[in-house]
Amino acid sequence: MTHENETERAVARLLGPAGDEVSCETCFEELDRYVDLELAGADADAALPGLRAHLEGCPACREEHESLLSLAGSDAL
Amino acid sequence: MSAGAATPIVRAMEWTGRAPTADAEPSSASGLDADSSEWLRGLRADGPLRDATIARLHALLLRAARFETNRRKATHPHLRGDLDDIAQEAADDALLAILDKLDDFRGLSRFTTWAYKFAVYQASVKVRRRAWQGREIPVEDDAWAMLATRSPSPGDAAEQSELLETIRAGIDEALTPHQRSVLVALALNEVPIDVLAERLQTTRGALYKTLHDARRKLRHYLAESGHAPGVPMEEVS
Repeated sequence: MTHENETERAVARLLGPAGDEVSCETCFEELDRYVDLELAGADADAALPGLRAHLEGCPACREEHESLLSLAGSDAL
Repeated sequence: MSAGAATPIVRAMEWTGRAPTADAEPSSASGLDADSSEWLRGLRADGPLRDATIARLHALLLRAARFETNRRKATHPHLRGDLDDIAQEAADDALLAILDKLDDFRGLSRFTTWAYKFAVYQASVKVRRRAWQGREIPVEDDAWAMLATRSPSPGDAAEQSELLETIRAGIDEALTPHQRSVLVALALNEVPIDVLAERLQTTRGALYKTLHDARRKLRHYLAESGHAPGVPMEEVS
C-alpha cells in the first residue's frame, strides 16, 4: 500500500459514493435478495438500485455482504 | 418515486422507503423453493417437528456465526482467545430475531440466505465491539496529523495538498459539530460504525444518515470551491 493510495482511500471515505444509495436499514432488509440475485447471475444492481453504492460507502454493511455472499455461495442455488 | 434532478432517487427511497422491486427473482412469495417451504413448515409446526427444525436452524446459524468470527479474527489480529462465545451468543440472538420476524420473510431469497444474514450481522457487530472494548475513540487532531504525514508522490503533492486543505476547510465550515465528529470518526479514523453507535447510544442507521448528510455537504462545498468531488485535480476542468 502506497502513501498516495492511503490518501486517496481517506478522501474516498470522506466523500462517500457518488451515486444515490439506500440506508443501512434497507440494505439489511434487501441483502439476502441482492446476494441470491448475484449468485443466480441476475442483475442485482438493476433490481435493487442504490444498494451497491451503499456497500461502497458503508464498511460494516460491505463486510456483511461479503460474508453473506460467501456463505450463501457455499449452498448451491 | 421521483427521479428528477431536484429530487434525486436517493431522497425518495433511501431513509424511509424500500428499494424498488425487480422482475427477475430467484423465487417469489407465492412460489417458494422446496427447501424454504420445508423450513417454514417446520418452524410454524407444533411439537417435535418445530423443536427439531429450531435445533437444525440454530446449528445453521452457529455455523454462519463461526464463519463470521473466524473471518473477522483475521482482520483484528489483536483479538486474542477463542471467539466461540461470540459465535454462540450471535447464533442465539439471530435465532430469536428470526423467530420474531418469521412473517417478514417474503420468499424473495432462499430461507437459508435470509437466515444467514441475521447470524452474520449479530456476529460482526459483536466482534467489532469486542475489538474496540476499552479503546478510546481517536480525536480529530490525531486523524488530520496522520493524513498530513501520508505524503503523496512529488508530482501529485500540490494537487493532493490543495484537495485535502479544501476538504478540511469544508469539514470545519460546512458541517455541524455532530456531523463533523461523526464524519471524522467513521471516515477518517475508521472507527467501526457499530462501535460509535454504542458509544453515542444510537443506531447504525442513524449514524449512517448523519454520515451521508455530511458527505453530501462536503461534496457540495468542494463543488462550490471548484473541485469535482472524488475526481483527481488534474481532471477538473
